[in-house]
Amino acid sequence: MTMNRRNFIRSSLGFLGVCAGVPPLLAAGGWKENDALPPIESFGLEGALPKLKGKVVYLDFWASWCAPCKASFPVLDAWQREFASKGFTVLGVSVDETSTDMQRFLSAHPVSFPVVRDATHKLAEEANIASMPTSFLIDRKGVIRHVRNGFHPNDNASTKAAIASLLA
Amino acid sequence: MKSLNILLLLALSLFTSACTTVKPWQRGALSDYTMRPARDPLTASMNDHVWFTREAFSGGTGVGGGGCGCN
Repeated sequence: MTMNRRNFIRSSLGFLGVCAGVPPLLAAGGWKENDALPPIESFGLEGALPKLKGKVVYLDFWASWCAPCKASFPVLDAWQREFASKGFTVLGVSVDETSTDMQRFLSAHPVSFPVVRDATHKLAEEANIASMPTSFLIDRKGVIRHVRNGFHPNDNASTKAAIASLLA
Repeated sequence: MKSLNILLLLALSLFTSACTTVKPWQRGALSDYTMRPARDPLTASMNDHVWFTREAFSGGTGVGGGGCGCN
């Protein structure tokens, strides 16, 4: 075996190794409980981002094509109306491909909480969400206190209780 | 020798491109109406009935996790 061929095979195997190793490394990241929320204003989100400092925030990743997200909106809107005066806000982060899709959905299902769009999906990548929807409950100090994957109505009571306890 | 290298490179390209995974937030196109194998609910339920009658099984269709990545 010549040196060139040996080098080629060695570098090819190295390349394969990198390809096989990188995805699991990427998958290991993401936001977890007790992590500090990164400055989300630096992710180029479309739309007016509300002031989150000092507030309890329910950050919800959703999309117009996601049926459980649609089911979650009336519940999130009810929480917004009940707790907004106490320093709470829901922040909807749409991962829709186009703003038209998002606006069409919002016209059909209007909500009182602020919604922005993660057009580049950089925030979703950073959070490394595992399902749609995924929500993060963040305390007044900007620490993620609870991660909710999907939307199961059975979990609504415990999530509402967690919000109330963070506001107390 | 050269052709072997090219073959190896092609094989590598095939393997590495197969590593791609679709993230939950990228599944908008997959959950589109046009991606459904059965778009007519009546036809789908009739087909289910035929399968149930002939193969003695039911269920397993139309539940969450069918590709939209929602749950």
